[in-house]
Amino acid sequence: MDFGQFISYIASGTIYTVGVTLIALPSGLLIGTMLALLYVYGGKTAARVMNLYSTIFRGIPPIVLLFILFFAVSKGINLSAFWAGSLSLGMVSSAYQMEIVRGALLSVSGDQLMGARAVGLGRLQAIRYVVLPQAVRLAIPPWSNEAAIVIKDSSLVYALGVPEILRKAQLIGASSQRYLLAYLSAAVIYFLLVFATTKLLNMLEKKLAIPSNP
Amino acid sequence: MLTWLGYFERFGKNFLRGAGVTLELTAVGLAIGFVLGLLLALARCYGPKWLQQLAGGYIAVFRGTPLLVQLFIIYYGLPELGLTFSQNMAAYLALGLNSAAYQAEYLRGSINAIGSAQMQAGRSIGLSKWQTIGYVVLPQALRLALPSWSNEPISLLKTTAIVFLIAVQDLMAEGKRAATATFDFVGVYLAVAVVYLVMVFALDALLKFLERKTKIPGMDVETRR
Amino acid sequence: MPKPILTIKNLTKTYGENVIFQHLDLTVNEGDTIVIIGPSGTGKSTLLRCVNLLTRPNDGQIWLDDMEITAKGTDEDQVRQHIGMVFQNFLLFNHLTALGNVKLGLTRVKKMSDEAATKKAMHELARVGLADRANHYPGQLSGGQQQRVGIARALAMDPRIMLFDEPTSALDPELIGEVLEVMRQLSLDGMTMLVVTHEMGFAREVADRIVFMEKGYIVEEGSPDEMFNHPKFPRTREFLWKITELYGKKEKDAE
Repeated sequence: MDFGQFISYIASGTIYTVGVTLIALPSGLLIGTMLALLYVYGGKTAARVMNLYSTIFRGIPPIVLLFILFFAVSKGINLSAFWAGSLSLGMVSSAYQMEIVRGALLSVSGDQLMGARAVGLGRLQAIRYVVLPQAVRLAIPPWSNEAAIVIKDSSLVYALGVPEILRKAQLIGASSQRYLLAYLSAAVIYFLLVFATTKLLNMLEKKLAIPSNP
Repeated sequence: MLTWLGYFERFGKNFLRGAGVTLELTAVGLAIGFVLGLLLALARCYGPKWLQQLAGGYIAVFRGTPLLVQLFIIYYGLPELGLTFSQNMAAYLALGLNSAAYQAEYLRGSINAIGSAQMQAGRSIGLSKWQTIGYVVLPQALRLALPSWSNEPISLLKTTAIVFLIAVQDLMAEGKRAATATFDFVGVYLAVAVVYLVMVFALDALLKFLERKTKIPGMDVETRR
Repeated sequence: MPKPILTIKNLTKTYGENVIFQHLDLTVNEGDTIVIIGPSGTGKSTLLRCVNLLTRPNDGQIWLDDMEITAKGTDEDQVRQHIGMVFQNFLLFNHLTALGNVKLGLTRVKKMSDEAATKKAMHELARVGLADRANHYPGQLSGGQQQRVGIARALAMDPRIMLFDEPTSALDPELIGEVLEVMRQLSLDGMTMLVVTHEMGFAREVADRIVFMEKGYIVEEGSPDEMFNHPKFPRTREFLWKITELYGKKEKDAE
């Protein structure tokens, strides 16, 4: 096996890994944010349902939940392993992201919501213009942590046959009988992806930081 | 819809056997992770500069890459260097080495919280640096770390579910076998999920109990999901 | 004939078994500054929150001018526009500049154009002496400056009445003066104000009437002269003596 083939294998796997993450993370954020809004502002019943959702989803190992969702989705609609796996991974992440958004909403809500209502803003206006802009900023550090986890968990779709980097590393390892090199290369790619994402979000956090005197 | 409840009757014994292996994996991983994690935390806080950087690098690498990749490197990769492990041994090692990185961070957090003030106090009565660490800093730091550390056993229990991918015969492996036998993947994995949930909740209750017994209010360190 | 702006009748508020206040009557006339004093935990802040509909009374009525705002089907947001509220802990919007804080209600509630809102907001900031701090974020302002922004934010809505909920009690002693000065000027300008405070100097000098509240009841009300020099009830005298002593000491300590 030659070096060029090695590189092209790793590169094509990387593209899939990035793709899975880019689908799973935003879909998890979208679902998680909607659920968090329901949790915090949707009344008691909604809060109970959301709490149950969160407890169950976060109590099951990601790979088990991923399998359940993947096979359930595949039964219902005809999706490629890539899409079904990515969306399922997003669902897995949604419960964790819901907790992140909920925590941020709660730590802004109370007083700031009251201040906004006192000026005459409606409930939705107050959430939209006062709570959310601050909650987003608070959510960035824990969300950055979750983003790193989703990148790492994207390796789980290996078990569903998605040709992402770990699967490619396995294939190239088998054909060359050089497993160590193949898996170490995959590890380096993962590490760089996690590192770059964390750095990027760190920069975003700094950029969005509200100025204040120490 | 609820046919999957029947799987407990049909595969109950297998699930229990697998669950036993899962708990064993969790316990061994936690133990290896604790010993190594404590060493890493001490190296990071009190070691010479090069050792601090080494420990920091270890933690960053193990937290920055998927456990599955670490597992494959150990099980498939290391034999090329003459280090061959059984499936279970590879799983113990991967879980332990990985958990060590997270446990080190919890312990480091609480060691830092105890701070240099306690170190000075220890040194002021004539204890050596390592005596102070052993008799003054660690006893406080370990108790302080408990609330955040108690996330780790549950997190690790859930993490063990991937080791069936190198054919360790844990709960997930039993689930996979049952799924292939029935062709009802969703149903069987739902049943498996319930078993995991029961274990997670039981472990959570146990840890909450321990935490109440040794409670120290007012301390919180970043937690892992 | 004085024109009542705020009329409170038979107001009762309870939290479960806990009675905060009951059968409370109070009238605030146009241009008046009413100061409510009393020990903490006697329902003064809750009263202000009831007036601003931030919490609902269990019984009784509140009128703003001729409109009963406690009536069923009242548009709360509509009402709150006309009632300015200043909070003990400022409650500025932390992600917006001083200007942004004052503008938000103008653009989003009053639907003013950005240009008109900026002009109006700058005017209000100038009024509290903070035109030069318009582009600072709350985290870059002192407590006293933050509270003045809070006042400007409420004033910008052109309220019929301003409610102040212990506006200086979260401030360091050296920052209290600047806020009280803004409030004094407002009172002189003819703003109708209902103020909960422990600042006895302010009460004595600025208030048209002082209301002494304790354990959910209005014990006594009257002009500053009546309250400070000839109180009818021993409890009033006792409280005023205590609080003057306490705060007088604090002021000395601060020097």
